[in-house]
Amino acid sequence: MSDAVNRANPPAFENDPRVPEELRNNVFITTLDKLYNWGRKRSMWPMLFGLACCAIEMIATAASRHDLARFGWELMRASPRQADLMIVSGTVTKKMVPQIVRLYNQMPEPRYVIAMGACATAGGPFKEGYNVVSGIDKFIPVDVYITGCPPRPEALLHSFIKLQEKIEKQSLRTVPWYRPGEDDVVPVPVLGPDLIDMRRAEEIRQKAAVAQEQA
Amino acid sequence: MGLMGTGILKGLGVTLRHFIDTYAEDLKYLLNKSGAQQPRPLRRQSPKNRGLVTVEYPKERLPLPENFRYVPFLVFDTEKQEDKCTSCGICAKVCPPQCIWIVRTEDPVTKRPIPQPKEFYIDTTICMNCGYCAEFCPFDAIKMDHDYELSYYPHEQPHMRLVHDKAVLTKPDTYHASIHPSDWQRELADRAAEEEKKRAAAEAKAKAEAAKAAAPKPAQPAEQS
Amino acid sequence: MAEETKPAAPAAPAAKPAAAKPAAGHGATKAPPLAPMTPEMTELQQRFGESVLAPAPYVGLLLSDKSKLVEVATYLRDEMGYDSVTNLTAVDYIKDGYFEVVYHFQRSRGGEPFTLKLRVPRPQGNDLSEPVPSLTSVYAGAEFQEREVYDMFGIPFSNHPDLRRILLWEGFYGWPLRKDWKEAYYEGDTKPFESRWPGGHHQLAEERVPWADNVNYPLGFDPLNFHADPDAGLYDTMAEGVPGLAKRNGNGSTAPQPTGVGAAVSVFDRDRNNLADVDELQTDQIIVNMGPQHPSTHGVLRMVVKLDGETVTDLKLVLGYLHRNHEKIGERNTWLHNIPYTDRLDYICGLANEWGYVLTVEKMMGIKPPERAEYLRVLMAELTRIESHFWAIGFLLNDLGAFYTPALYFITERDLILDLFESVTGSRLMCNYFRFGGVSRDLTEAQLAHAKELAFERIPRKIDELEELLSENEIVKARTVGVGYLPAERSINYSLTGPCLRAAGVPYDIRRVEPYGIYDRFDFEIPVLYGADVYDRYRIRVMEMRQSLKIVQQCLQQMEQTKWGDIQTGKKNYNHRVPAGQAYGRVETPKGELGFYLVSDGGQNAYRYHVRSSSFINLTSLKEMTVGHKVADAVVILGSLDIVLGEVDR
Ligand code: SF4
Ligand code: SF4
Ligand code: SF4
Repeated sequence: MSDAVNRANPPAFENDPRVPEELRNNVFITTLDKLYNWGRKRSMWPMLFGLACCAIEMIATAASRHDLARFGWELMRASPRQADLMIVSGTVTKKMVPQIVRLYNQMPEPRYVIAMGACATAGGPFKEGYNVVSGIDKFIPVDVYITGCPPRPEALLHSFIKLQEKIEKQSLRTVPWYRPGEDDVVPVPVLGPDLIDMRRAEEIRQKAAVAQEQA
Repeated sequence: MGLMGTGILKGLGVTLRHFIDTYAEDLKYLLNKSGAQQPRPLRRQSPKNRGLVTVEYPKERLPLPENFRYVPFLVFDTEKQEDKCTSCGICAKVCPPQCIWIVRTEDPVTKRPIPQPKEFYIDTTICMNCGYCAEFCPFDAIKMDHDYELSYYPHEQPHMRLVHDKAVLTKPDTYHASIHPSDWQRELADRAAEEEKKRAAAEAKAKAEAAKAAAPKPAQPAEQS
Repeated sequence: MAEETKPAAPAAPAAKPAAAKPAAGHGATKAPPLAPMTPEMTELQQRFGESVLAPAPYVGLLLSDKSKLVEVATYLRDEMGYDSVTNLTAVDYIKDGYFEVVYHFQRSRGGEPFTLKLRVPRPQGNDLSEPVPSLTSVYAGAEFQEREVYDMFGIPFSNHPDLRRILLWEGFYGWPLRKDWKEAYYEGDTKPFESRWPGGHHQLAEERVPWADNVNYPLGFDPLNFHADPDAGLYDTMAEGVPGLAKRNGNGSTAPQPTGVGAAVSVFDRDRNNLADVDELQTDQIIVNMGPQHPSTHGVLRMVVKLDGETVTDLKLVLGYLHRNHEKIGERNTWLHNIPYTDRLDYICGLANEWGYVLTVEKMMGIKPPERAEYLRVLMAELTRIESHFWAIGFLLNDLGAFYTPALYFITERDLILDLFESVTGSRLMCNYFRFGGVSRDLTEAQLAHAKELAFERIPRKIDELEELLSENEIVKARTVGVGYLPAERSINYSLTGPCLRAAGVPYDIRRVEPYGIYDRFDFEIPVLYGADVYDRYRIRVMEMRQSLKIVQQCLQQMEQTKWGDIQTGKKNYNHRVPAGQAYGRVETPKGELGFYLVSDGGQNAYRYHVRSSSFINLTSLKEMTVGHKVADAVVILGSLDIVLGEVDR
């Protein structure tokens, strides 16, 4: 039902002048939103996907003491097709980032990303390394960042709660994934002489041609 | 060859025992008046506990050990109303990923350094929570915080928020005392000893200078080296 | 180059060790002291002549004729009993214009390693150096280590069966561990950086560099017209019998590789049309890529398996998905800075890694920690071993299909040990507890009580429970007995260390063969089993946990005699200077032999910082263990090796 309404009436619903102001905050939609978000936020399936040291704390979070299942998030799926949430738990290396982007692209909407730990947020202690990407948000959009090295399991839970709050605030009318034609597939970066972000390819070509200072 | 399925039965047995133990533990807790003081998360994490171990964060929290370290903060001396940091730069040197930036205050006229930090940044997106800065600071001016709830939405601009500047970093010493009670006691004791030493030194000096007539106490000169 | 030091060499024995190191100017007036001759060195020198083998600076013999390398190594192995190459690395002496390849050979029955060195001139710019003969024909364990040297230094090895980059990808520009190679965020040769104090205005690394990101491209590089092939050569030796690949190689065309960068793209995907050919399907083998994202590969490891039906006929590993440039960063760090970084090597057992590093540096500085600290080190390291074995067994069971339940039980126990770590050191995983000449904190009464409760009560009970649950479980036995068999001689030849080697009947444990710390004071055994399969690797871990527990118990008792708080030799210091020299130090971590090869030029930073990681080298033998088994067992065998990717890729 909600799908149909929104598909037929895509983005402009909110700003459509034909809809009276008071009706825009439609009670029906609001109630539906609540139900929809309540269901979603209590059944997130994170992807079983660990990168580095932070992944150990992620596993500890899922284990008995902190018990992720209390939040209804217990099912860690190894396949991106069945997951709603990607926890980037650890250092993102250049060699790994094409795979991460690919996995992200394979996740169905709605999908969320948590950047866990200093490394995933912005490179962390290994930032200066030649094979380290300075934060996963250079490639894919992140919903919640946690810092810490490694974040305690409670810190990860805290970010989950933050993510739940975010989900709660989303409205069926504005969420991007029911709009037609929107396709936010991230181009997979390529491993050449160094990591190449294909969105910057043209810029790289021009810059490399005019003899940038090279190390 | 054992009987088929014994492994499964044994496994189920362990699970069942665990299940029963959880209730046994709770019962023990209810009956035991002296144990009643212990909060549930602590009791459950004790090595004596045989049952369930879950801590229901965020409703209940594990108490953090005093030594626990997350990101650093600067201590503000509420008595003297000044930063304890003297911008000596040692923490910036010992920081392994080099995520501390300090601008030292300079006297506008003489250009001589003043022992106060003008700016102080810690980039917590690089910080590895190693605790060296707190360990090697000679003035007890930087300590490791216990606050681990540092998650941000992108619109909160985490990359800016997480570069802690002096305003964010500075916390009063009362806070430090509350999360590091025994460290604080040590500091107080150190300070008292220091002052005692100073006082003793001054006294001895005064005495020595003022009059050779008055006999100094034997203990004090030995102490001042 | 190599001959230069020889004639004058004996004249300068104990002089101040200074020269041949970049920091010490280029006067060459004071040559570093030459290695004292051991009986083994003399024997080898007599066999091959003094013109071929001369004592090298600080330690070991220097081989001047590299064409003799294989011969020397064969002699070492067959006549002198040095049956594995335990460490193999290189050092870039840029000022002197050569690379030095360093080999450490080891006798499986114990003793100090034998050091052999070899020099090749440094090439110009980005070129490869002269090739060095590969030792893979003598020591199978050299395979990955030589590839790593090639990857990091651009030193090719002739006759190597599969010489490709191992941690980085094919096509990466430059050889990172060469001293003149600089990464994008390069800020200075050594830490601490000047820019932090006293005028330290915060600046993001991105704002400082021309590309505004951690990247660097060669001049004139055109990303739109180039052919990325990070997996080049990966399938070459696996191609036979695989339809798509065989054809491509057969007609010599360089058909385009997948546009996406390798990884999860299997050949299956790529050549679907070929495979649809029914005739071929019946006889063909296929290649499947497992990883780097996979529920059971213990992190970002990628296994490429060639399958005949369900049977593995060939296997290759693609590593480096967690290559965090530990060694490059380590050579910039001060000595002290490196301690918390070692925590992040094998992040399951950080405390054990710290010990390896601290031990090596202490060896160079010639200091020893006080009694109390020695006990604390043993206590923490052995608790780490227990904790790590709990983890390993839990996840081995995970791989066997007991999805998560055993692991949950064991993680609970592990959490209790981590609680102790946290309350003592401040962090659950990244303890940063060891210091040069001591440890950072002593245990309070409450913490000691916690440790005692664990050591005398809780953990023994839980190990019993673990055994009761698993050891005789018929599914566990059916899946593990006889699986992943690798006999003792092969294991040694593969430089396998740790529980896996001991499960093959070789009682090789650094705590016994080259005791460090105060292990000689405790009454414990090195358990040995002879099955050399997954089941025995599991059982040996259980036995080791019991032994560790025994050590912890004795430690807690003996510790009472030492003085509380006496945990640091000398003054606590942050700007250590380590005398110029070279040292190889090692400890027995739960995974095996963790070694550090350090070269100091007398300054505040390590000139060369190499980690001999057991997880990495143990993986060399995975292929031989797996071939012939079903693909489902490949995962189990990997689980039995108990690798941690942080240590594999560093
Ligand atoms: S943030 Fe720290 S703990 Fe997490 S992956 Fe990075 S180095 Fe490891
Ligand atoms: S925090 Fe401490 S070590 Fe750092 S500059 Fe201030 S006084 Fe020096
Ligand atoms: S905790 Fe360690 S990494 Fe973080 S600011 Fe202090 S010294 Fe630097």
